[in-house]
Order: sequence, then C-alpha cells, then structure tokens
Amino acid sequence: MTNINKVTTPLTDEVVKDLKAGDQVSISGVIYTARDAAHKLLTESIKAGEELPVNFKNQVIYYAGPTPAKPGKVIGSCGPTTSGRMDAYSPIMMEQGLKGMIGKGPRSREVIESMIANNVVYFAAIGGAAALIADSVKEAEVVAFDELGPEAIRRLVVEDYPCIVAIDSEGNNLYELGVQQYKVVD
Amino acid sequence: MREITVEQITEVVKTLSIEAACDLPRDVEKLLKEAVATEESQFGKYSLEKIVKNVELARAEHAPMCQDTGIVVVFVEIGQDVHLIGGSLNDAINEGIRQGYQEGYLRKSVVEDPVLNRKNTGDNTPAVIYTELVPGDQVKIQVLPKGAGSENMGALKMLKPAEGLEGVKDFIIKAVTQAGGNPCPPVIVGVGIGGTMDKSTLLAKKALAREAGQPHSNPAYQALEEELLVEINKLGIGPQGFGGKVTALAVHIETYPTHIATMPVTVCLNCHAARHKEAIL
Repeated sequence: MTNINKVTTPLTDEVVKDLKAGDQVSISGVIYTARDAAHKLLTESIKAGEELPVNFKNQVIYYAGPTPAKPGKVIGSCGPTTSGRMDAYSPIMMEQGLKGMIGKGPRSREVIESMIANNVVYFAAIGGAAALIADSVKEAEVVAFDELGPEAIRRLVVEDYPCIVAIDSEGNNLYELGVQQYKVVD
Repeated sequence: MREITVEQITEVVKTLSIEAACDLPRDVEKLLKEAVATEESQFGKYSLEKIVKNVELARAEHAPMCQDTGIVVVFVEIGQDVHLIGGSLNDAINEGIRQGYQEGYLRKSVVEDPVLNRKNTGDNTPAVIYTELVPGDQVKIQVLPKGAGSENMGALKMLKPAEGLEGVKDFIIKAVTQAGGNPCPPVIVGVGIGGTMDKSTLLAKKALAREAGQPHSNPAYQALEEELLVEINKLGIGPQGFGGKVTALAVHIETYPTHIATMPVTVCLNCHAARHKEAIL
C-alpha cells in the first residue's frame, strides 16, 4: 500500500488534482456531515435560490449520521453511509464548489462526470468501522437542520481521519479497477 | 400453563438490542478473522483488518460497532403452553427497543411514514415483529438490528419452475453482483426459496438469524450453499467493494414447499456487522 497522504481541509484544486484512486489518505480539519434528508433540503434551497446554512466552497461532505455521544465523548460511532443514495444530489453540490465527498460504495456515472468537470475527489472510509473512526473526531457541533436528529448537518473537526481515494478527479475508479483485478472468469 | 410477564420481555429486548449493537457475535468475528488470512487484495486486507479492530474496540468500549444501529427485526417464538401476562407483547417489545436505544446511546433510525412523512420517531420504534407459535413452554426472542445499507440491496424474483436450479443460482449471483460494494461486504447472503412471495422474503431474513457459517441441515442445500459461496467469491467485489477474494462470509439458504406453478427466490444481504442476539425465557 502507498504511503499515507496527509490532507488538510478545506481542499485546494491542486491537492484534489494530486490525489489518485488507491491513495491512502488521512484527513485533518473541518468536514461536514450530511446524508439523504439534509441533501434534499440543501438542494431544494439551492433550486429556490436561497442561501445555504453552510458555504460548501472547497469543503468536504461526509455521508454520516453518528450515534449519540456518550457522556464525556465528543461523538458516538461515526462511520460512512452508502454514498449511492446521495448520487441524485451530489452534482448540484459540486456546482456549489464542494471539493470532496467521503462515504462508502460506488458512485453513478453522472456523479463521476460531475467530479471530472468540477475537479472533485471521492474518498471511501471503511463502512462499519464506526467505533474506530470516531476516535479521529475531535469536535462535533450541529450547524443546521437540528430537527433531523442523526441526519442533521454537523461540523466535525477531525484529525487523521483514515480513508482511501476511491474515485479521483480524473474519474479513475477503485471500485472498477479492484473488481476487474480479482474477478475470476472460469 | 407457564406465566411470563411482558415486563420480562421488555427487559430482554432492551438488553439484547444494546448487546447486538456493541458485541458482534463470535461466529461472525471468527469468519472475519479467517477472511483476513484469506484475502489477497491489499485494500481488501486493509479493510478487513480495520473491521476486526473495530469489532474488538466496540466490544471493549461498549460502543456501537456501526453508527447504523438499524431498524430492529424481532423474531419471537412463543411456546403454546406460555401465558403472557401484564400487557401487550408488541408494546412490551417496542418498550424494550425504546429503552435500549435510549440507554445504549444507539442511533434512532426509524421514520414514522415511509413516503409522505419521513419524520424520525425519535426512539427507533416500531420494531418489525414476527411471532410464531411453537410447542413448549418457553419464549425465544431473536433480535436482528438491520442496517439499511445492506437491506437496500435485497432482491426478490418469482421464478418459473422451468428455470430450475440454474435459474435460482443465476438470480442469487446477479443480486450479489448488483449489490457490489454497497452492502458493506463481506456480506452474509440470506436466501429464501419457496412458499409464496411474502414467505420467501421472511425465509431470507430468517436465514440471517442462523449462526454464521452453520450449514443447512439438508446435504443437498449445504452443497448449494458451499457452491454459491465459491461462485460469489469469484466475483472479485471484495471487502468494501475495493476488489478482492472475500465478497461473502457465508451463504444461508432456507426453503419451504411451494405451489406447482411457482418458485419464489429472495436474497437478503447482511453487512459484515451481522448483528444477531437471542435469549430464551
């Protein structure tokens, strides 16, 4: 496995361009959680020409809805959710200047095309490794849509959040490359 | 007639929901550890090592292994010689979920209406409850918190009998292929064959309640489970869909007699965090 690439947020276009599918990355800085319900509200606001509760320019969205924090903890278990459910919304978010997405699982052709057009990177974290991932979250605060409970938008400060570049800004796709390599044809 | 209070049911459901979220059954953990040794792909191995480490950390810290602590499927087998007293069984089960999800700091992931009003119920109720009357004077409760990432990748097909065994195999392989990296592989593949449309889905879900890797009692179906596991692991999907040799940890098939004109098949996938806990009262 390649050396770990340390990345800080917000992302610059240069950093995004340098990240290649299969790179192991550790992210530090601010990332924002948002999943289905928050994406629905965000994209409705965008279409209505309203101001968003968060400026996503150069930011990273993490598809996650954590468990409640136990007393004395910053956050509960906090792994990635299936990214494919956000495919319908992601191109609109990328047009707002979003530079990175963290989740798990493959993305649609439309999302990948939008990633190439907008110079965006998609990171995959290990789905289900949520207790482990929580260790890298140092601060957590709900910044929008509190009424959505676990689906609220949270501003997380992470340190060395571990993930892999699953699809890079040129469209190279670990989900396709990896599977092709290990598929056994009788 | 043996009397069991519904308060006892509440207490058991509460304990099982918390345990299920934080303590992966040893049967699943054993298969995951074997997979670490088998896996050849670097990203696959990396994922599996993190997954195993996460299982150990979750158990030690009593923290949920996955943030998706699921909608809870509860199977209750009630002995015919049991008299449940003190209130409604369904209410008691939901109360157990409510208390477990609150006290265990588990995520509440249930919305009150599937389409028109997707508002979180705030306490992870209601559970999906299946009751069955069986001989005896005991109550067996199985709790399966089911994450949606894997649940969304399930598939059902009403096959024609003429499609035969090959049709069944093709459909199962296609369902796992289609699911790809989405259901958090390595998965456990639950398969229900026979009965009616609804029966096959229930069988597929029940297949996930079986001890992971335990074979079907019928040697012919055991052989089919083994064959399908080999074929699925040739798909190359691998842990997390990054490519690799371990796409599934086990295939569990459950069957039921069916109508002369039909052959329903359902595939229900469970993620590697294949949570299932049970207790007998």
